[in-house]
Amino acid sequence: MAFITATWNPLGEAFYRKTELYEMHWTMKDALRDCLVAAAPYGGPIALLREPHRRSPSSRPQLEIYSASGVAVTSFPWKSGPVVHLGWTVSDELLCIQEDGSVLIYDLFGSFKRHFSMGQEVVQSQVLEAKVFHSPYGTGVAIVTGSSRFTLATNIDDLKLRRLPEVPGLQGKPSCWVVLTQDRQTKVLLSNGPELYILDNTSCTAVFPPGLSPQSGGIVHMCVSFSYKYLALFTDTGQLWTGTSNLQEKLSEVDTNMLTPPKQMVWCRRPKSQQPSVVLLWDRLLMVAGVCCDTIQFPVEDQCVLVGELDGVRVISSTNQELLQEVPLVCQDIFKIASMAPGALLLEAHREYEKSSQKADEYLREIKEQSMLGEAVRQCVEAAGHEYDTNIQKSLLRAASFGKCFLTDFSPDPFVTICRELRVLNAIRDSSVGLPLTHTQFKHMTLQVLIDRLVYRQFYPLAMEICRYLKIPEYQGISRVLKHWASCKVQQKDLSDEAIARAVCLKVGDSPGVSYSHIAAKAYECGRTELAIKLLDFEARSGEQVPLLLKMKRSHLALSKAVESGDTDLVYTVVTYLKNEMNRGDFFMTLRNQPVALSLYRQFCKLQEQDTLKDLYNQDDDHQELANYYVAASYREQRLESRLSVLQTAVDEYNKAKNEFAAKATEDEMRLLRLQRKLDDEKGAGLLGLSLQETMEALLALGLHKQTDQLYRDFRVPDKRYWWLKLKSLAEREDWEELEKFSKSKKSPIGYLPFVEVCTKRNNKYEAKKYIPKVAPEQKVRAHLAVSDLEGAADAAIERKNDSEMGAVLSRCSASDRLLIDRLNRARASAAKK
Amino acid sequence: MKLRRCSPSKAAGSPPLTSKTSFFLCVPGWSSWTSSLKIEDKMQSSRDFHILFVPRRSLLCEQRLKEQGVLGAFINIDEYILDLIPFDGDLLSMEYESAFRECYLENDQTSLYHTAKGLMTLQALYGTIPQIYGKGDCARHVANMMLRMKREFAGSQNQILPVFDTLLLLDRNVDLLTPLATQLTYEGLIDEIYGITNGYVKLPPEKFAQKKQGEASKDLPTEPKKLQLNSAEELYAEIRDKNFNAVGAALSKKAKIISAAFEERHNAKTVGEIKQFVSQLPHMQAARSSLANHTSIAELIKDITTSDAFFDNLTVEQEFMTGVDTDKVNTHIEDAIAQKDPLIKILRLVCMQSVCNNGLKQKVLDYYKREILQTYGYEHMLTLNNLEKAGLFKPQTTSRNNYPTIRKTLKLWMEDANEQNPNDISYVYSGYAPLSIRLTQILAWPGWRSIEEVLKMLPGPHFEERQQLPAGLHKKRQQGENRTTLVFFLGGVSYAEIAALRFLSQTEDRGMEYIIATTKLMNGTTWIKSLMDRPESQTP
Repeated sequence: MAFITATWNPLGEAFYRKTELYEMHWTMKDALRDCLVAAAPYGGPIALLREPHRRSPSSRPQLEIYSASGVAVTSFPWKSGPVVHLGWTVSDELLCIQEDGSVLIYDLFGSFKRHFSMGQEVVQSQVLEAKVFHSPYGTGVAIVTGSSRFTLATNIDDLKLRRLPEVPGLQGKPSCWVVLTQDRQTKVLLSNGPELYILDNTSCTAVFPPGLSPQSGGIVHMCVSFSYKYLALFTDTGQLWTGTSNLQEKLSEVDTNMLTPPKQMVWCRRPKSQQPSVVLLWDRLLMVAGVCCDTIQFPVEDQCVLVGELDGVRVISSTNQELLQEVPLVCQDIFKIASMAPGALLLEAHREYEKSSQKADEYLREIKEQSMLGEAVRQCVEAAGHEYDTNIQKSLLRAASFGKCFLTDFSPDPFVTICRELRVLNAIRDSSVGLPLTHTQFKHMTLQVLIDRLVYRQFYPLAMEICRYLKIPEYQGISRVLKHWASCKVQQKDLSDEAIARAVCLKVGDSPGVSYSHIAAKAYECGRTELAIKLLDFEARSGEQVPLLLKMKRSHLALSKAVESGDTDLVYTVVTYLKNEMNRGDFFMTLRNQPVALSLYRQFCKLQEQDTLKDLYNQDDDHQELANYYVAASYREQRLESRLSVLQTAVDEYNKAKNEFAAKATEDEMRLLRLQRKLDDEKGAGLLGLSLQETMEALLALGLHKQTDQLYRDFRVPDKRYWWLKLKSLAEREDWEELEKFSKSKKSPIGYLPFVEVCTKRNNKYEAKKYIPKVAPEQKVRAHLAVSDLEGAADAAIERKNDSEMGAVLSRCSASDRLLIDRLNRARASAAKK
Repeated sequence: MKLRRCSPSKAAGSPPLTSKTSFFLCVPGWSSWTSSLKIEDKMQSSRDFHILFVPRRSLLCEQRLKEQGVLGAFINIDEYILDLIPFDGDLLSMEYESAFRECYLENDQTSLYHTAKGLMTLQALYGTIPQIYGKGDCARHVANMMLRMKREFAGSQNQILPVFDTLLLLDRNVDLLTPLATQLTYEGLIDEIYGITNGYVKLPPEKFAQKKQGEASKDLPTEPKKLQLNSAEELYAEIRDKNFNAVGAALSKKAKIISAAFEERHNAKTVGEIKQFVSQLPHMQAARSSLANHTSIAELIKDITTSDAFFDNLTVEQEFMTGVDTDKVNTHIEDAIAQKDPLIKILRLVCMQSVCNNGLKQKVLDYYKREILQTYGYEHMLTLNNLEKAGLFKPQTTSRNNYPTIRKTLKLWMEDANEQNPNDISYVYSGYAPLSIRLTQILAWPGWRSIEEVLKMLPGPHFEERQQLPAGLHKKRQQGENRTTLVFFLGGVSYAEIAALRFLSQTEDRGMEYIIATTKLMNGTTWIKSLMDRPESQTP
């Protein structure tokens, strides 16, 4: 540990270090030499296409995909056309750009996803060079063709090809070029000999990097930084110019003393970089050329590939992989020799403390005297995040934890967070996983994306462990992993449906947010319908389940699931579907087994298809409903004859349903209709459609007593109602004489109070009083009151000694009836006594 | 499929039809498709059309519109999820009129699905309800759907402290009797006589004529007086749930308080006192006009409740409820039919008799039916069939009438109901204690286990479910803190029942507070009306 600084190389004010990330798992002798290589940033996968240029049709180059640690993921012979360039998308998909301009997309495991073309004209002119670039819009592809024309696609997921304008005087391919993303525009910067052009959508502009001396010669290599902010140009005289990519400002110009153009050139910066640099790679030399004009040179024994990262450069060789980066400032502060930074002192203090030396106290005092303990802890915590070696991480974190003990009021959150994150990072850096992310990259990438990448690489258990460990809400964490796991699981062809369904159910269980129908849909896509059905059984959301079942033509199951859900709209959906798919017989049979669906369908038919409704009842032998149907239907018939015949059918059905009453009533209805028609024809009475009572009323009003009596007998109208009818009708016509006669015809079945009341209603108190003596005793009071005879009412009430009746009379008395009131009160009192 | 009213929204207060935009509101329910054809006609013009499905999107309706070739004409097709509409501080209704009919006559449980969805929304807002009780088939169905939906939403566990402790789901067909009886609370009577729709009542204008000096009442207003009724009005909140016989006293007491308050002005001497008096003026004037309105309404109602017809009707009802002569043809009903009283009134009475007798003897039943058919027309055959199917007007199937047992065990009839200062819920019907509310009351204390036998006599299963609360959301109840129960009436609830529950909230010493929810606010008349079939009106 004392030798941490041993790998540090000074560059200007800062230091650069090379950290070994992995011994590569692959065995490759010189293989990188003759290969197309593509390695994705953020510790992404590496793709190799061996000997792409061998054009003999018999031999097929091998396409190999490795994890960043060199673990083989897949390899397969390349059967398509010659490949010009390989590149990775932001979502870790491999782009293979062919000579003919077609771009083939493969996933990490080498399965073909899709392809697109960079334009028809490319087939003729051929792609000379291609580049894959990343921008906020996604992953883009740029090509230059044999006719010296550039074509751009800024986002391959939303493909819009842009053919850039011609470059004056350009023959073949330019000496070098890069893609720039500036001001939300994608441009190409290219050099043709000594000239430099910017090519955008509409124009080609010659540009001049500020401060680049004309003697420097032609630009033969160039590169932009990870953030597209900085540009480096290499001239054929060995000059390296650095500046901003908008060519407004020059940073430096370094003489590399190398006359051959480098094989690769990459910016090496980090956020808050003190001393940015450009890394240049030749066959035998790796040079770090700082903006400060200082350089570091590393000898190279092997073929190497540089991968630009957010905070450094990865150097991949056939044997190992290193991270070259500027030492973060906080690490410099702590580990620089003889550093007096608080973090350094704290680390020292803790080291002494572990040795049980009293020097620990001296160091601590020193920090505390400067009140820098908080800063010291912060430094140690931050530095731990930047270190790759777990031992160094531990010693820094221990020192931080030690320092924390002497602080009150210090938030433990940053410390806890970094511990957790480092644990995750160490786990994914393991060479079996092979994601060599730095803490800075991890923060930039976000945890969500990291989990997605793990899932994509099918490290499901690790992803779940991380979700659990970092306590990510299930919905965004474990559930998401499980969903992908299950979708992958159902594609395993070597397992039986049962085994998979069981495995999925066991793992996924009731995890919130995992949609079984989503998994089932995947299974169905792979042609495993039975498995899909098994999985769908676990789906709780019928809204998702049912449509998929219908798609798989499992309509019976879909129907019962829809019914189970209680969502009638869903049931209707299935029913409508079945109605169109099945023949009528089968459809009805299916419904019969699902009463809920059947009654919903009936509802539908009531509005839409009356005839179908009839058929449904017929099929079920539901005579009662059938008869009701005919009764309702009879009212839709305009002609009497057809109405009667429909009613006759109803009678038959009621009989079949053993509903004697309804059959009889309907027969009565028919009889009444016929009679009404007859009377209408004979007398023009306008009776059709009236009820029996109304008919009799109308007949009485016309003075047709004989016919009324006929109806009364025919329809066995109860006496009471008949009396009421006559009574009212006579009163209506104010035929008091006839009324009196009627009252005497026989004993009234309704009593005589109604006589009193109909008369008073017509304001004929004189007639009303005639009937009072005949009124039954218990209604007498009411009868007297009806004719406003308070005296009589009081007499009757007192006679009956009925308290509530007396009360009723009292309530009608006004103040002027003093005597009467007194009398009633006395009677009440005496009645109460008894 | 569910297009009841599909009217251009000028009715709903949105831009008039002259504007470029038109909204269509699609409400559930059954009706003919003529309405959608009307849309088609309107589509001819070059307007912007939007359609909103209430309470939620219906695939069938969309399909139907598509078949008609008009779906594409809508710029926006959306749903407005409106299940439970707040009517008052303690009252929610779905205003789903056909719910009872659909559930019990047509076996269409769409309304129950909406209910379950509505309850899920309510739980999302006010926390998971830990205990669910229920009685009846529909209640069971709703509870099942809720538990199922909870599984569907698993994961989006809500972390809200539950407001409700208990949910009680009650099927209307458990208590068919209560809505048939004439409600005797102030609000109940307003509803019985004038009908309260969407919180408003329309009243005959004569009593409300403003008597201003100078212009004598020469032109009486002809437009009905429209009044909003809810507890925001202080006086109404005070008297709405009282038995009507206690309203008069309450009004005169209020009158004295108000005039006393106005007299205060004579005592106001200092400028400060006058200012204070003036600041109270708007409130006092509002109180005075509110008092004037309710005095007028009370007068209107009194005219009716003191009539012989009302009294006779009530007497018959109370006879039935106390079990007097429920197995014979009732003379009063006979007379009422003979006098051609409104059919619904007759139906309410015969249904009540049937319910109180656990079905009628075939002879009695047939007699009533024949009387009704002969008097009101044979087309009512279908209505009678419906009532029979709903169990309201049916033949006796067993010789045993279990209503008396239920009445006695649940104390449904209280001889000495105190109308002025009630001590029991029976005051809302002047003697009859609504069965549904008794069940609610007993659930709170001593629990349903004590009436197991009676529960078995009532239709449908009774059940109890518990919903797991996330840890840490268990209410720590403080001493004297009220427990809150949400009572959901599936198939409708009457104002008198609401009054009874409010009475329990206020007086019950068990510290139980009730919030009421229902598919529809109704009374016997609107209820029976929803079950009637009128074939002639169906003719296209």
